[in-house]
Amino acid sequence: MNINFTLVAQAIAFAVLIWFTVKFVWPPLLSAIETRQKEIADGLAAAQEGKSALEVAAKKSEATLNEAKLKASEIIGQAEKRAAQLVEEAKTNAKVEGDRIITGAKAEIEQEVNRAKEGLRAQVSELAIAGAEKILRKEIDAKAHSEMLATLAAEL
Amino acid sequence: MTTEHAQSATPMTPSSYIEHHLGFNAQSVGDTSFWTLHVDTLAMSVILGVLVMGFVWWIARGATSGVPTKRQAFVELVFGFVDDQVKNIFHGDRHSFIAPTALTVFLWVFAMNAMDFLPVDIFAALMHALGFEHWRAVPTSDINTTFALALAVWFLMIFFSIKAKGLGGWIHELFCAPFGSNPLVWPANFLFNLIEYVSKPLSHSLRLFGNMYAGEIIFLLLGMWAATGLAGTVFGAILAAGWSIFHILIVALQAFIFMMLTVVYLAMAHESH
Repeated sequence: MNINFTLVAQAIAFAVLIWFTVKFVWPPLLSAIETRQKEIADGLAAAQEGKSALEVAAKKSEATLNEAKLKASEIIGQAEKRAAQLVEEAKTNAKVEGDRIITGAKAEIEQEVNRAKEGLRAQVSELAIAGAEKILRKEIDAKAHSEMLATLAAEL
Repeated sequence: MTTEHAQSATPMTPSSYIEHHLGFNAQSVGDTSFWTLHVDTLAMSVILGVLVMGFVWWIARGATSGVPTKRQAFVELVFGFVDDQVKNIFHGDRHSFIAPTALTVFLWVFAMNAMDFLPVDIFAALMHALGFEHWRAVPTSDINTTFALALAVWFLMIFFSIKAKGLGGWIHELFCAPFGSNPLVWPANFLFNLIEYVSKPLSHSLRLFGNMYAGEIIFLLLGMWAATGLAGTVFGAILAAGWSIFHILIVALQAFIFMMLTVVYLAMAHESH
């Protein structure tokens, strides 16, 4: 147990070592570790953020899907309605057209009938005149009685 | 466990064997006995300090914040261990001084303690072959080393105490703590603080010195079994192996305790009563 100058030398060595550690060893290690800690913390935060973003996106997609479904069914409903309407319209049109055709046909038929009647009338009057001519040839002068015969033909 | 080198000189007795092993490589650098330098203690401690802190510095210089190498992971493990201990005791800006100091103390004292694992006689024979009659391998079993560290911490303690409280505050605390500021208890307070200031470096340094010195003596005593023949050599070797294994604990524990006391003393200096 002899205290001597070694003590002073060791104290100086100690001081130099502390200075060296404070100056050159501790700061780079500390900064490396703290940077890594920060990076890990940031990474975890980003992961958490991504997770919640995913949840929000899932909710949003579900809502969009529901909306789309609703819209689709709405569109289908509308289309069905429109189709029914179209069919109804077509039916109405067809009926109107049919009626028109029928009416036209009826009018034509009437016209035909009238024409036939006219023809018949003319023929009957001709026949009547011919008959009457044959009867009257003997008795009546055609020239004297033509007026009366025309009146008769008009009446037929 | 060879004793050849000592046998070559004079007939060896147990006390001469131990005395020889406990002799310092002392070089006189002045007139009085104070001006003596233990070259072995100084050389071993400086070499170990440069090796250990140089290794940590080498790792720290190339430290990456990305994926660390195994070497860096190991250094960071020690770093984190020391930093956690300091964080629990000292609640201030530990990174500017106290934590690096704790790391230095822990690693350096650990390395110096670990020299106890060198086989005493083989190492002594090696140094003898290199021309050194006396060469102590364990710097911390030299009271000068432990006192140097403890006194350095002691001065730091007083420095931080004055820095934290001011010179007036420090003197005020010397007389007014722990019993109060009544002038009647000033002497008691001062005596109390005086004892505290004296006992801190003493217990700090003597604990480490005592443990390492005793460990070395026990290795030497076990080494002496070799003088009793082959059976004694084997027996001594087995016991020395056991003591070495147990000593791993002591080496690490004493380094840890020395570091913790350093941190506690420096942290206490920052706290005012």
